[in-house]
Amino acid sequence: MVHKKAGALAVMAALLMSTSAMAQDKRVVTWNADYDPIPLAAAEALIADFEAANPEIDVQLTNFDHEAYKNAIRNFLTADPPDLANWYAANRMRPFVEAGLFADISDVWANNGLMESLASSVPSSTIDGKQYAIPYTYYQWGIYYNRDAYAAAGVEVPGPEGVNWETFLANCEKFKAASIDCVTTGSSALWPVAGIFDYVSLRTNGYQFHSDLAAGKISWTSPEARAVFENLGKLQPFVTENHAAIDWQDAAAIFVQGKAANYVMGNFAVGVFKEGGMTNDNLGFMVFPEITPGIARAEEAPTDTIHLTSGAKNPDDAKAFLAYMASPEAQTKWNAAVGQLPTNKNATVDPADPFLTAGFQALSTATGGIAQFWDRDADAEYAKAGMEGFQRFLVQPEALEEILAQLEATRTRLFPQ
Amino acid sequence: MSQAADAGAVVPARRTSKRWNQRTLAPWLFLAPGLFMFTVYVLWPIVQSITLSFYDWNGLYNADGDFTGTFVGARNYAELMTDPAFETSLWNNLKWLVLYMAALPIGLFIAIFLNQTVRGIRLYKSLFFFPFVISQVVVGLIFAWFYAPNFGLFYLLTETITGKGTAILANPDLVTYGIIAAGLWPQIAYVVILYLTGLNNVAPDQIEAARLDGAKGWRMLWYVVLPQLRPATFIAVIVTVIGALRSFDLVSIMTSGGPFGSSRVLSYYMYEMALGEFGFRMGYGAAIAVVLFAIMMIFISGFIWKMWRDETER
Repeated sequence: MVHKKAGALAVMAALLMSTSAMAQDKRVVTWNADYDPIPLAAAEALIADFEAANPEIDVQLTNFDHEAYKNAIRNFLTADPPDLANWYAANRMRPFVEAGLFADISDVWANNGLMESLASSVPSSTIDGKQYAIPYTYYQWGIYYNRDAYAAAGVEVPGPEGVNWETFLANCEKFKAASIDCVTTGSSALWPVAGIFDYVSLRTNGYQFHSDLAAGKISWTSPEARAVFENLGKLQPFVTENHAAIDWQDAAAIFVQGKAANYVMGNFAVGVFKEGGMTNDNLGFMVFPEITPGIARAEEAPTDTIHLTSGAKNPDDAKAFLAYMASPEAQTKWNAAVGQLPTNKNATVDPADPFLTAGFQALSTATGGIAQFWDRDADAEYAKAGMEGFQRFLVQPEALEEILAQLEATRTRLFPQ
Repeated sequence: MSQAADAGAVVPARRTSKRWNQRTLAPWLFLAPGLFMFTVYVLWPIVQSITLSFYDWNGLYNADGDFTGTFVGARNYAELMTDPAFETSLWNNLKWLVLYMAALPIGLFIAIFLNQTVRGIRLYKSLFFFPFVISQVVVGLIFAWFYAPNFGLFYLLTETITGKGTAILANPDLVTYGIIAAGLWPQIAYVVILYLTGLNNVAPDQIEAARLDGAKGWRMLWYVVLPQLRPATFIAVIVTVIGALRSFDLVSIMTSGGPFGSSRVLSYYMYEMALGEFGFRMGYGAAIAVVLFAIMMIFISGFIWKMWRDETER
């Protein structure tokens, strides 16, 4: 998820970094990024390795504040394009591709065998049959649970393979009896509810449904969509009350304190849980419960990407760097430092981190497919309308018909039939 | 203007072309910097926004620097008419406008209360001014914590009284009122300042005379003090109306327009559509801005007309 980062010193660090290397005789590759301090340090380490192997190339990274970057990229791609720019896969990169601001890098994919080694990310990097992105990291979503809360409510702790939907809901009844929120979330920024909705949707109808729904191909009043809301409605009474007024970190506090048992979240939240005092002993991870039996399990894993810009002054060396970022060595190193998962299947993860191992396991066995996330799979405006609908349903389940009618109206407007 | 004509009448013989130039040019020369700024930073953006509102544009130029928008005529406005989020924003703006007016009587009451000479009155006055001095962002944060579920003072208070805490900012029916209450806090302080300066200028002899005639209490306030406060009231109405219509900071800080868009106001919806993470519909955002501008124009023209009338009558 993009929202987790909020770098403060990042810009300063980047200014210091980018001025340090100013060798005239080297061929310069410029790279605009939006890293927090830890990913920034990891990226600098990769640059150092790359420059050691290619002494004639100088990679200059300019780091932006994460929030400012979202606006800055729209200006610098036209006004002063760097060679490389960070962004996100799937629909998030579509406006830039369609405006001709990101360059086609199908040759980098073809020449380095990436179709095979980055197989799981091919769909999210491809628009109209051409590749426009190098995915270098992703992270799993799933259910994080607090073992202490399970013990307090006298509920049996699930194993890594998770539980089924009936057991999960039955557990929720027990948590409710013990005054513990079964599922917590903080949806003031909207996107956390999309995680819950996506999983119920993926487990009810499968990956293709999710993908078609995000693409506006499926009616919100169809029986399949209603089935998703029906299942979501079963979960609704057990979700933390007033989640609409708190953000996800506030909900993390509720979770850490044991006032909530489960949290549907991305792996970036583990750092927050641990800062709050949780350890590998009382924090657990499981995949979201199976709802419709027999549906191939799909998972959510938003991918971060690097792109070659159309205005690049040194595209050849930039492509060499992109190939390097796609390599298992670079991805193993960067992701180990940051605590996320490499997209290259030949890369390795730290076996000592149970959450990364579990995530790697969950994603590599997800035969149903890898979804990006509602707000990256769907067109931006559609994504926002959807998330408001999901949030409203979790607050006012009785307004279902109105919500569906409104979403359907948005759909027919954005995707004329 | 009339002065120039008078001077010309007194000394017609010396009315050379050079002098004429001076008299006509000088005001324009002095006005030029201001006019330039006003044109570049006010008039030109207004024209641009109105133009943009007829386009569908995602804010991007292509690699050659060409504008990528397409002309859609009045379609953005047609969409606004059926957009439920726009309707919510409009209603919320109306709530802001009406409830913000409460700042006037409350501010007047506090100003009269503070308009006395007792020991330490300066301290009390500055305590009342305090919310006006601090940033709206800080006001928003303070109230967000005040309303926060589980640990906020207001939540705990309602929990003790009714047995069930009310999380204002999570409740789609109450959220706008919660934000307006936060906005009223600094707005009242603003009105207090305006009325206190106004009260300084109330003629003491008229108060004396009224007192001799036996006026006191409400009658004194209504017939003697308030008429003398008319200039202050006028300014207070203007700043309150404009403050209500341009409410943005508090909505952005406290709820980001949520839950599910129920606390949106026009200015925030415009920002969301044009510059928000899921927006970048510049044309649609511009259309909202034009509507907001039109609403403001109703009030602004009214004020300008009144000021013009007052100036010319003098």
